[in-house]
Amino acid sequence: MSLGLAACGGGDISDTTTAGGDGGASCGDLRIAVNPWTGYVSNAHVIGQVAKEKLGCNVTYPDVKEEVGWQGMADGSIDTIVENWGHPDLVKKYIDDAGTVEDAGLTGNDGIIGWYVPPWMAEKYPDITNWENLNKYADLFKTSESGGKGQLLDGDPSYVTNDEALVKNLKLNYQVVVGGSEAALIQSFRSAEENKTPLLAYFYEPQWFFDELALVHVDLPKYTEGCDADPAKVACDYPPYALNKLISTKFADSGSPAVDLIKNFTWTNEDQNLVSKYIAEDGMDPDDAAQKWIDDNPDKVDAWLS
Amino acid sequence: MSTATVESPGPAGPASGPNRVDKEQQPYVEVQKPRRTGIKLLVLLAVWLVLYAVFKGKMTKALGLQDTNSLHQKLNDARDWVQLDGKDNWFFGGVLGAIGDALDAIVKFFQELISIPAFPRPVPEIGWLGVVAVLAWITYAVAGLRSTLLVTGTLLFFGVTDQWSNSMDLLIITMLSVVICILIGLPIGIWMARSKAASGVITPVLDVMQTFPPFCYLAPLALFFGIGPACAMVLTIIYALPPVVRITEHGIRSVSPTTIEAARSLGLTRQQMLRQVQLPMAKRTIVVGINQCTMAALSMATIAALVNGPGLGKVVVSALQTLNVGVASVSALCIVLMAIMLDRTTTAASERGQGRSNVGSASGMGVMLTGVVLERLPRWATEDAGRGQRLPRVTAAGRGFLLALLFVPAVVLVLLSRQQLNLATFPDVSETPVLKWISGPQLAKGINNFTDWLVSGVDTYTIWIKDHITMWFIDPLQSLLSDSPWWLMALVLLALAYVLGGWQPAAYTLACEVIIYFTGVWNDTMVTLSMTLIATVMTMLVAVVLGVAMGRGRKADLIIRPFLDAFQVIPPFVYLVPALALFGAGRFTAIVAAMAYSVPIATKLVADGIRGVSPTTVEAVRSTGSTRWQMISKVQLPMARESLVLATNQGLLYVLSMVVIGGMVGGGSLGYIVVSGFSQDQLFGKGLAAGVAIAALGVMLDRIARYAAARYGR
Amino acid sequence: MTLTADQPTSDTSTSGEAAVHVSGLWKIFGPKADAIMKSDDAQLSRKDLQEKTGHVVGIRDVSFDVAPGEVFVVMGLSGSGKSTLVRLLTRLIEPTAGVVKLYGEDITAMGDKALLDTRRRRVSMVFQHFGLLPHRKVIDNIAFGLEVRGEAKGGRRNRAQEMVDLVGLSGYENNFPDQLSGGMQQRVGLARALASDPDILMFDEPFSALDPLIRRDMQNEVIRLHHEVGKTMVFITHDLAEALKLGDRILIMRDGEIIQIGTPDEVVAAPADEYVRDFVSDVPKSHVLTLKWVMRAEQPGEVDASSPVLQAGQIVRDAARVVIDHHGPCRVVDGDKVVGVVDEEDILRVVVAEEGLQ
Ligand SMILES: Nc1ncnc2c1ncn2[C@@H]1O[C@H](COP(=O)(O)OP(=O)(O)OP(=O)(O)O)[C@@H](O)[C@H]1O
Ligand SMILES: [Mg+2]
Repeated sequence: MSLGLAACGGGDISDTTTAGGDGGASCGDLRIAVNPWTGYVSNAHVIGQVAKEKLGCNVTYPDVKEEVGWQGMADGSIDTIVENWGHPDLVKKYIDDAGTVEDAGLTGNDGIIGWYVPPWMAEKYPDITNWENLNKYADLFKTSESGGKGQLLDGDPSYVTNDEALVKNLKLNYQVVVGGSEAALIQSFRSAEENKTPLLAYFYEPQWFFDELALVHVDLPKYTEGCDADPAKVACDYPPYALNKLISTKFADSGSPAVDLIKNFTWTNEDQNLVSKYIAEDGMDPDDAAQKWIDDNPDKVDAWLS
Repeated sequence: MSTATVESPGPAGPASGPNRVDKEQQPYVEVQKPRRTGIKLLVLLAVWLVLYAVFKGKMTKALGLQDTNSLHQKLNDARDWVQLDGKDNWFFGGVLGAIGDALDAIVKFFQELISIPAFPRPVPEIGWLGVVAVLAWITYAVAGLRSTLLVTGTLLFFGVTDQWSNSMDLLIITMLSVVICILIGLPIGIWMARSKAASGVITPVLDVMQTFPPFCYLAPLALFFGIGPACAMVLTIIYALPPVVRITEHGIRSVSPTTIEAARSLGLTRQQMLRQVQLPMAKRTIVVGINQCTMAALSMATIAALVNGPGLGKVVVSALQTLNVGVASVSALCIVLMAIMLDRTTTAASERGQGRSNVGSASGMGVMLTGVVLERLPRWATEDAGRGQRLPRVTAAGRGFLLALLFVPAVVLVLLSRQQLNLATFPDVSETPVLKWISGPQLAKGINNFTDWLVSGVDTYTIWIKDHITMWFIDPLQSLLSDSPWWLMALVLLALAYVLGGWQPAAYTLACEVIIYFTGVWNDTMVTLSMTLIATVMTMLVAVVLGVAMGRGRKADLIIRPFLDAFQVIPPFVYLVPALALFGAGRFTAIVAAMAYSVPIATKLVADGIRGVSPTTVEAVRSTGSTRWQMISKVQLPMARESLVLATNQGLLYVLSMVVIGGMVGGGSLGYIVVSGFSQDQLFGKGLAAGVAIAALGVMLDRIARYAAARYGR
Repeated sequence: MTLTADQPTSDTSTSGEAAVHVSGLWKIFGPKADAIMKSDDAQLSRKDLQEKTGHVVGIRDVSFDVAPGEVFVVMGLSGSGKSTLVRLLTRLIEPTAGVVKLYGEDITAMGDKALLDTRRRRVSMVFQHFGLLPHRKVIDNIAFGLEVRGEAKGGRRNRAQEMVDLVGLSGYENNFPDQLSGGMQQRVGLARALASDPDILMFDEPFSALDPLIRRDMQNEVIRLHHEVGKTMVFITHDLAEALKLGDRILIMRDGEIIQIGTPDEVVAAPADEYVRDFVSDVPKSHVLTLKWVMRAEQPGEVDASSPVLQAGQIVRDAARVVIDHHGPCRVVDGDKVVGVVDEEDILRVVVAEEGLQ
C-alpha cells in the first residue's frame, strides 16, 4: 500500500528524459573497464560521472581484471582503462606491436609497490623498516604456512612480483606465502593490527585501506634504473610507478568528447584516497561518492573539460 | 498415465537395505577369496616411506611462482594469436564471433526491456511494477497461486534491498541459458536414449564437463568470446547442460520395457513411439532435469561475474574487494531467494496438469539420476509444495477465464510502469518505516556488525585450530606427496589405483598422470592433492556426524537442512572474508572454504544412507539391546556404506571444484596458478595448464573412487 | 460361548511368577498420547478417536499372563495391534500406560541401562523380515547379540557355531545373508535369538514371508526347539493353523483389544464372538476339538463298565476310531471322574459338518 502511495508521487518519465549535457547524442557509449581495486573504482567513477553528467555519455563499467581489460580494448569491447600499473609486456603487445591501444597520459597518482608492516610493529620495532634487520625478526613472522622461516605474505594474483627472487638474492630467512587476493592481504593486515600479531606483506599505494590503517613501508635496497632487468637476479626495491591511462585506438579515433576528458583527467593520491574511503569505508555507492567529490572540487573538474 | 514413469527409487537413495525377502534363492556357498588389500596397502606405504626418506626433496618437478615452461609459452603464443589475428579467422572471428554477438544482442535486448536504461530513456522499457505484474501473471498461469505469491514477494524483496536491476540481470542470464540448454540438451538426451553409440560417446564428455572446475575454463572462454554477457552465458550453458542431457536420457530410457513392447505390438513407428509414448511418459523426469539445470545455471551465472557477466554476482565480487561481508550477504540472500523462487515455480509448474504430486521424491530422484550429483535444491522450499494442492482448485475453464481477466490489469500495470518514474525505478525505502530495516544498506550493516562480533569472539580458538591441523596433518602429508620424487608419486598412485580398483582405474590414473606431467605443474598438483585429501577427510568427518544426526532424528534434520541448502546456493565468495578473518590466509582457510561447499552435499547423502537402513533391521538390532553407539557404528554406518562412498566421491569432486577459490585465500598451488593465469598476461598458459591438471586430478580420483566403491561398497 | 476375554482360563496354571505379566497396557500413537490417555477421549473407539484427534489406538487396556515355558500365541487380523503389543513387551515402543513385568521385573519402570541389559539377556526377538545385517556373515549375525553385550570373540564364536548347528545351517557360516534362501535366513534369525540364551523368545510373524512348505518345516523346527530348550515363547501370527499348531494358549485381538484368550480347543469350540467365530470357521474342528467339547451328559444306563474310557482332553480325530468301532456310547473321564459320554453320532457331527463345508 505504501508502495502504491509512493508511486503516485512519481513524475512522468517523458518529462525527465536525459538529464544534463550539451552533447548528449555526440558522446554515445563509454565503457570504462573497472579493475578489482578500490582506487581504480574511484578513478573510473569520477571520470564516468563527469562524462555522464557533463557530456551526456551512456557510461557502463565492465568489471574485469587488468589483462582482460587490455584484451577488451583490443577487441573493441572496452574503451578505456583509467589506472594502469606499468605492464611492460602488455604495452609491448598491444601498444607497440598491435597498435590497438594508446597511452592517454598520467593520472597524477604515484604507485608504490613494496613490503609493509602494520603500524604497531613499526612502533614497537622501529628498525624493522630497514630490510637489513629483517632477518633479526624472522622468528616473529613464523606462521603455520611458512615452514619454520619468517612469512612474507604475497600478493593479489594480478601482480607480477619479484618477491621470491628478492628473498633469495637478499639472503633473507623468509618464505613467500601466497595470500591469493587483495581481500586476503587487507584482512590479514586488519587482524594483525587488531590482535597485535606480526605481519610482513606485499602491498601497494594508493589504496583506500591506507585511510583505515597507515601501513609502514619496509625499505629494500634502493631502486636504480635497470636493477630489475633480470627477474632472477633482482635485489632492489620495486620501481615507483607513475600511473597512466589507456584508451583503445578505435575509441580515440571516434571523436567522442569523452576522449579529451580521459586524456585531461589528473588528480592527486589524496584525492583518490578520499573517494576510495567514501566507497570502501563509508559504504557509499561509487557513483554517489564520485558525485560528492565532483561537487566539492568544481575547479579540478572544469580543468579536465576545457 | 504419464505419472507411471516415476518409479522413484525412493528417498532411501542408494543404500536401501538389500533384504531380498521375497525371492527364494538357491543358496550357494561361495566365499570370496580374501584380497588382503590392507596388507598390500601397508607394504605400499612402507616402500613409499623408505623411498621418500631417501629421495626427499629431489626430482620433485617444482616450478617457481612466476616460472613457466615451453608448453605454457606455446599456450601464451596461441592466446596471442587468437587475440591479435583471431578476428580474421573463420572460426574464431566468424563462428564464435557471430555466436558471441548474437548472445550479447539478445541479453542486451532483455536488459533494456527490464533492467537497464533503454537509451535514450533513463529507465528500462518496462519498470519494476510492470515486471512484477507480468511475472506474477505468468507464474499464476503455469504454477498457481502459491507460487505467484512467492514470486511477487521475492521480486519485491529485490527492489526493497536495492538490488532490482542486478537481480533482473541475473534472472535474464539464468533463464536465457536455461532456454538454450533445453534447446540443445533435449535433442541430445533423446538421441542418447535411442542410440547406444551416441550415449557411449557423449557420456564421457559429460563426465569431463562435470569434473572440470568451472573456474578453469573461464580464461579460455573469455579469450574466445570476449568478456561480457556472451561469455557469461556460454559459461553458464556449459555448466548447466549436463543435467538436462543426463536426466532426459535417463527419463526416456526408464520408460518401462513392457510399455514399449506393448506399443510396438500396436505397430508404432520409432517416431510415433517417441512422441506418443516415451516423451509423455518421461515428461516428469525431464522437468526434474530442467529444474536441476536451472539451479546449476543460477549458481554459475553468479560466478560469471568474474568475466563481467551482469547480475548479482558482480555485487558479491566487488564487495569482496572492500571486504564488505554485509553487502555481499545481501546479494547472496537475493540469490538464495531467487533459487527458491525458481525451484518452487518450476516444480509447481511441473505438477500442474499432472494431477498427483510428490515433489520431494521427484527432486530427490533428480539427484540420484544425474550420477554425478548436481543437487542444489533448497529442500525446505520444495517439501511443502504438495500442500499447495489443498487450496481450492479452480476448474480449467474457470482458470482460463480468470487468466484472461487478469491479463488486463497486468497490461495496465506494464503501461503505467512505462510512464511513472516511481513505478519504473524501485523507490528508495531506506526512509520508509519498517521497510527500512530490510533495505539493502541497513541489512548489510547489521550483517557486518554480526560477523565482526562473531569473529572477534572466536578468532583465537580458530587460529589455534588452524595452526595445529596445519602442523599435524597438512604439513606432513604435503611433504610426503610433494617432496617425493615425481616418479615415486606416479608409481604410488598407480599402485594405489591398481590395488584398490584393478587395472581399469590404473589405466585412467596413468593417462591422467601423463597429462599432469606435461602440464608442467606436477609439484603443485601434488600439493593440491594433499590439500584435497585432507579437505575430503574433514568433509566426511563433519558429514558423518551431521548426516547421522539427521538420518536418525527428524528434529536434527529440520534444523540442519536449511543451512545445508543455503550453503549450496550461496556463492563461495561470500564466505571468503569471514573465513579469512577467522583463520588468516593459508592452506587451512582454503580447506575450510572447500568444506563449506562440499559438506552440504556429502551430509545429505550420508543422511539419506542412514535413513535408508531398513527399519526392520534397526528394530531387530534394538531388540538385542545394543546401545546407540553400537547401533551407529556396527549397523547404520556399515549398512550405509554405499552412500558413504558416494558422499566421499561427491565431496571430493566438490572440494576439487573449490581449489581455485582456495587459491584466493592462501591455498596456493594449482588454485593460485589458475587465478594468476587469469590475471597476469604471461601466466595465461600456465594457468590454463593448471586448470587441466585440476581436471585430470579430478578424473583420476573419481575413477579410483568409483572402481574401489564398486569393489568394496557391496 | 461362555468364555469371555477377562475370564482366566484353567489349564495352564500360573502358579509362581509369570514369565510375562501384562496389566492395563495401553498404546496410543501420536504426539499428544499422554493427554488423550488422561481425557475421556481414550474411551472412544479407534475409528472415532482417529477422526477426532488424529491419534491411533494401538493397544487398549490389555492384561494377561504368560507362564514360564508356555507357548503363547497372539493372533488377529492385520492392523489389530499384534506387532505393537509384542514391541511393548520389550519397550521397543514406549507404552502410554500400564505395566509389563518379565519374570517379576517391571520393564516399564526400568532405566535405560537395565532395559538394555534385559534385552541383552532375558528376551530375544525374531522378526518377519528377519532383520539380518547384510554386511555381516551368517556367523557374525548370529554372534551379534553376544558382541553387543561385550563377549570375547572366541567365546561368542563358539556359542554361535553351536547355534548354527542347532538350527541346521552347518556349512553356511561364512555366507552373507543374501546368499541364503528365505527359510535359511529365518533360521539365522532364530539362531541369533537363541544365541544369547534368553528366558523368553518373541516371534513377530516369523514365517509369514516364507512359502508353505518351508513354513511347515520352520514350525516343526520351533516345536523341536521348544522341546529341546524349553523357552517361554510369545508368538505372533495371523495364521490360525499356525496358532493352533504351536500355541498352548491363544490370545485373539481386534482393534487393539483382547477378544478372547484360551486354549486352542476353547477358541475353536467356544468363540467369544462373531469375529472369532469367523476366524475359526475354516478350522478342521476334528483336528482341534477335544472330547470335552463334543461329549454330552450321560443318560442313565447308557454305558456300563465294558464301554471304553476316553480322556476328556483327547482330540476328537484321535478318539474317532475307538468310538466308531465300539458302536455305542463311550465314557469320557477327566482324571478318574466320568464327566460325560460320546457316541458315533457326536463324533460324526463334528467330522461331517466339516465335510459339508468343503
Ligand atoms: N508408529 C505408528 N504410528 C501411528 N500408528 C501406528 C504406528 N504403528 C502402528 N500403528 C497403528 O497401530 C495399529 C496396529 O498396528 P500393528 O502393526 O501392531 O498391527 P499388526 O497387528 O501387527 O498388523 P500386521 O498383521 O499387518 O502386522 C495399526 O492401525 C497401525 O496403523
Ligand atoms: Mg505386524
